[in-house]
Amino acid sequence: MASNPFKNAASASTVSGPPSGGDYLADSVFRTVALTCAALIVVLILYILWEIGGLAVPAMAQHGLGFVSGTSWNVSQEEFGVLPEIWGTLYSSLLALVLGGVFGVAIAIFLTQDFIHARLAAVFRTIVELLAAIPSVVYGLWGIYVVIPLLRPGAEWLHQHLGFIPLFGTELSGPGLAPAALVLAIMILPTVAAISVDAFRRIPYKVKEAAYGMGTTRWEAILKVMLPTASSGILAALVLGFGRALGETMALAMLIGNSNQINLSLFAPANTLASLLASSFPEAGQVEVQALMYAAVVLLVITLIVNIAGLAIQQYTVRKFEGKT
Amino acid sequence: MSATAEAVTSSAAAFSPVADAVIDCDLKKVFYGDFLAVRDSRLPIEKGKITGFIGPSGCGKSTVLRSLNRMNDLIPTFRFEGHVKYHGQDVYGKKVDPVVVRRYIGMVFQQPNPFSMSIYDNVAFGLRLNRFKGDMDERVQKALERSALWNEVKDKLSNSGLSLSGGQQQRLCIARAIATEPDVLLMDEPCSALDPIATRQVEELMLELKERYTVALVTHNMQQAMRVADTTAFFGVDISAGGRTGYLVEMGETKQIFEDPQEQLTKQYVAGEFS
Repeated sequence: MASNPFKNAASASTVSGPPSGGDYLADSVFRTVALTCAALIVVLILYILWEIGGLAVPAMAQHGLGFVSGTSWNVSQEEFGVLPEIWGTLYSSLLALVLGGVFGVAIAIFLTQDFIHARLAAVFRTIVELLAAIPSVVYGLWGIYVVIPLLRPGAEWLHQHLGFIPLFGTELSGPGLAPAALVLAIMILPTVAAISVDAFRRIPYKVKEAAYGMGTTRWEAILKVMLPTASSGILAALVLGFGRALGETMALAMLIGNSNQINLSLFAPANTLASLLASSFPEAGQVEVQALMYAAVVLLVITLIVNIAGLAIQQYTVRKFEGKT
Repeated sequence: MSATAEAVTSSAAAFSPVADAVIDCDLKKVFYGDFLAVRDSRLPIEKGKITGFIGPSGCGKSTVLRSLNRMNDLIPTFRFEGHVKYHGQDVYGKKVDPVVVRRYIGMVFQQPNPFSMSIYDNVAFGLRLNRFKGDMDERVQKALERSALWNEVKDKLSNSGLSLSGGQQQRLCIARAIATEPDVLLMDEPCSALDPIATRQVEELMLELKERYTVALVTHNMQQAMRVADTTAFFGVDISAGGRTGYLVEMGETKQIFEDPQEQLTKQYVAGEFS
């Protein structure tokens, strides 16, 4: 029980009084629980890094940085390099981010800027979010049986007529970057769209009024006022989407072709770190497992760097546009 | 324009301005959905003067102001009977794009609402919107000087407009509105979020602005109307029909409204009997 120095100062009829001992206890219990949960997250991340790092140490010692720049994965000769996988991971994720980002932000604009009735917008939003509930193996199957056949005629035409452009330099033989990136784009779409919708919703009505009051057309209001105002939220959406794309495993393992090569062509098969891990682990011997652990560390580092860089850019825009320090 | 006589159902004579009316506003009925928000309000806005709108809360003065540059179009249920003419042209004409109206009739809002971009970009916004080809820096500086903000921000034009204090933000919004030199400036309680010093600065600014622009000012503050308005329109609330419907009670020279009001309601209001 806290002391109450104002006991005698109060009038006889007042109901004011200090919080009870129970209130103070609940307060400190809540604070401790919250703090523990927050600390557990940090501990968990450090623990995962420690464990995987520990398993990867032998491979790190043996291959050094050559692992990152090497281009072949040959188990029998114990030759391990993940440069093609790093390339494939970044390339496929970047393509997916461009596609999914453009469509995600477009969907967010469509749902929040009075293009359709609010109730209809809520229905649309739920449908977009349902995309996140589809298991990635289903996306993979859909990619194999629907997307690849769908892409084939267009890819052939592009290769035949615009084959001199490196992007269309090879034929689509089946699985490859284009179908993988397309499916990946759809997979990150709900993340990007949902968070962007929230960013647009947070814009106060008075900003919209200010834009229209200046005599903007609807398009000018969206492009020149609403988008910059929502930019920090949209950036957060893109960072999360990119992070998801980097780590996506199953659908990519089914669609990317698992081929160790570095090729600019959209139609060439490639490989990603996550896909390499998923497809190699089941049959890996001890040496290869160590190499795979090293690959996992590389993936983790890439993801961390991307997230930190994204957050830094986002913080910069918050400071720049919103004047917060 | 046959609406001259029958539009005024309150007993006061219709106010006929001395100078040219830039905006001839005759709102017979303004609805939000089924709700009758304003009735029988005929206000000429005179060129080169400050017209003050005063009245108690809910009397429709903001609604009337926002009808002038079609800001009410943002509210889907808004509709009205009557007309608003700007230099003789129907603002609500079938072929008139509200966007065009708002480029000639600028607006400053109750809450400061700078865009989340740099101070410079905020002021240059309207200039860029209108594809201004001249000296942008000079225009921006001039607008900021006129809004009495230049000295405070000249060294930090690239900082965000949102990093300023409330009073500075409001003056930034005024600079943004006057950078394109619109013909008419509508101000909807521009000082309600400001402290007395900032209020004073904005009032001085208004008096300067009327040399070049026509200003319509909604204010909740009678003293402010007395200080700056040349003409004052007093709105009342009619609760006889069940809802709260605003209407124009009396309009005249500011001096006359405050010293020699013709209507009983005006008399009570300027005497401070209700607000």
